[in-house]
Amino acid sequence: MKFVTAIIKPFKLDEVREALSAMGVSGLTVTEVKGFGRQKGHTELYRGAEYVVDFLPKIKLEIGIQDDLLDRAIEAISKAAGTGKIGDGKIFVFDLEQVVRIRTGESGPEAL
Amino acid sequence: MNKWLASLGLILSLGLSAPVWAEEPAAAPVAEVTTEQAAAPVEAAPAEVATPVAEVAPAEAVAEEAAPAAPPAPNKGDTAWMLVATIMVIMMSIPGLALFYGGLVRSKNMLSILMQVFSIFALITVLWAIYGYSLAFTQGNAFFGGFDRFMLSGIFDPKTGAVANAATFSKGVYIPEFVFVAFQATFAAITVALVVGAFAERMKFSAVLLFSALWFTFAYVPMAHMVWFWPGPDAFTDVAAAEAAVAASGFLFAKGALDFAGGTVVHINAAVAGLVGAFVVGKRIGYGKEALTPHSLTMTMIGASLLWVGWFGFNAGSALEAGGTAALAFINTLNATAAAALTWSLAEWALKGKPSMLGAVSGAVAGLVAITPACGWVGPGGALVIGALAGVVCLWGVTGLKKMLGADDALDVFGIHGIGGILGALLTGVFNTWSMGGTGIIDYVNNTIVDTSIGSQVWIQAQAVGTAIIWSGVVAFICYKLVDLTIGLRVPEEEEREGLDTTQHGERAYTV
Repeated sequence: MKFVTAIIKPFKLDEVREALSAMGVSGLTVTEVKGFGRQKGHTELYRGAEYVVDFLPKIKLEIGIQDDLLDRAIEAISKAAGTGKIGDGKIFVFDLEQVVRIRTGESGPEAL
Repeated sequence: MNKWLASLGLILSLGLSAPVWAEEPAAAPVAEVTTEQAAAPVEAAPAEVATPVAEVAPAEAVAEEAAPAAPPAPNKGDTAWMLVATIMVIMMSIPGLALFYGGLVRSKNMLSILMQVFSIFALITVLWAIYGYSLAFTQGNAFFGGFDRFMLSGIFDPKTGAVANAATFSKGVYIPEFVFVAFQATFAAITVALVVGAFAERMKFSAVLLFSALWFTFAYVPMAHMVWFWPGPDAFTDVAAAEAAVAASGFLFAKGALDFAGGTVVHINAAVAGLVGAFVVGKRIGYGKEALTPHSLTMTMIGASLLWVGWFGFNAGSALEAGGTAALAFINTLNATAAAALTWSLAEWALKGKPSMLGAVSGAVAGLVAITPACGWVGPGGALVIGALAGVVCLWGVTGLKKMLGADDALDVFGIHGIGGILGALLTGVFNTWSMGGTGIIDYVNNTIVDTSIGSQVWIQAQAVGTAIIWSGVVAFICYKLVDLTIGLRVPEEEEREGLDTTQHGERAYTV
């Protein structure tokens, strides 16, 4: 099992969710986050005061999936979230040791 | 607790020491009481206004007056308008000013700003009723009035229900004095509340209150007396009477300074006190290093818009009548503000790359400030020019000038109210003349309108501006020092970092 964390542009969330649903991902968790990467922040000007805003708003989504779905999931996210411009985000993949569905007590791939 | 007692004591001692000043102008004729009233029977009675005589004041009411004629009844339209105008100024203070300022601070200090503006409004209203009105608007010397209206005494006769009249700017036209008291109370309150923007996010609440009471007493009240106190138009019966009336007027009124709705008294006065405060209190922690960004420009936009709407009461209400002058002040307040909002936005767009919401509303407030002294004295063209210039000059006030001054005037009280007020006061002298489309001034002796000349009027305006800057600056500096030595001005560093909402008021504006 794999655990995928993706940082994407906020307005791409719906497209990514649709793409993942279409390929069989049955659930995901979304968080509003701030951060920076290659895309630098921007400046904000309040009357005379200019501030550099380093941290830009992004969406972090987390999914647990079976190994055989990983490549397609990465492809789906990349395609749906991509604009070709700087700041599209990143995908991180981890090994997932255990999953438990709380309601039934199922564990492993069945719990995904 | 001790600090509270100390500040309470200071406020009380203020009240007690007040009669000392009253002895200075002892020479003032006691019999004159409120000159508005004394003058009224002389001039107005023979005029056509004498018709509704018996309506308000039955014979006994006037028995104590020198003249036997009953005072004329105020026009109901004028009275109704002034009641509405007063309410509008209350609305522009709370919530208008409070939200305009509140949106500009960080969320941890939101309630502190709202609370400061709200409490100052209440405090000054009470002080105004106790001694402020009397010291500002009764006969005294050129700088302070007297105590004839201490505790608002002498206005209401409970036996007859008669309310004294206050003069307007037309002979034989009056409004009930209570309306005038309330209208002027709102001016005093909003002026003091304006100051808090400069030292926002770091002052102790107790220090804010104590400073407000002191500065109100020694800066606002005398400025209002200097600029606005006069015996009323009815006193100007002939040349000799006019000379006597001018001699009895406030220092700057007697000089001929034009300040329709409070450019010097309200805006320059408050702005200088704020700037001095920003210097004395010191910069906020993190100023120039961390981002001290506005937490809700939405609130600021709502506040600024309430200011704009309320300002019609402030400016057009300053005509004290519902007539042509009020209408002129109204249209000027509308147009100058719109022009300023546009020019600020355009200048910001051109110079900084983007036209911001904060810029547009700041421009609107700058335009409102600049047109305040001019609104009843200039024509529509002059108002548009004053507004347009205010938008650009005040943008410089909050950028270039702010850097030069180097003070952390947190919400740009000086950049907008100071610079806008000075610009408006001086330009009133330029655009008042007929050749610039202005109104000229009224010659109450001959009952005609006369022209002013730009050069001499601008010089008079400059003297008024200079007086306001020096008087307010010196008084404010002493008041801040006094508060600093007694209860301390500033919250400890830790409390400043945590925010004034929880540390000073024990509550938060927003919960997640």
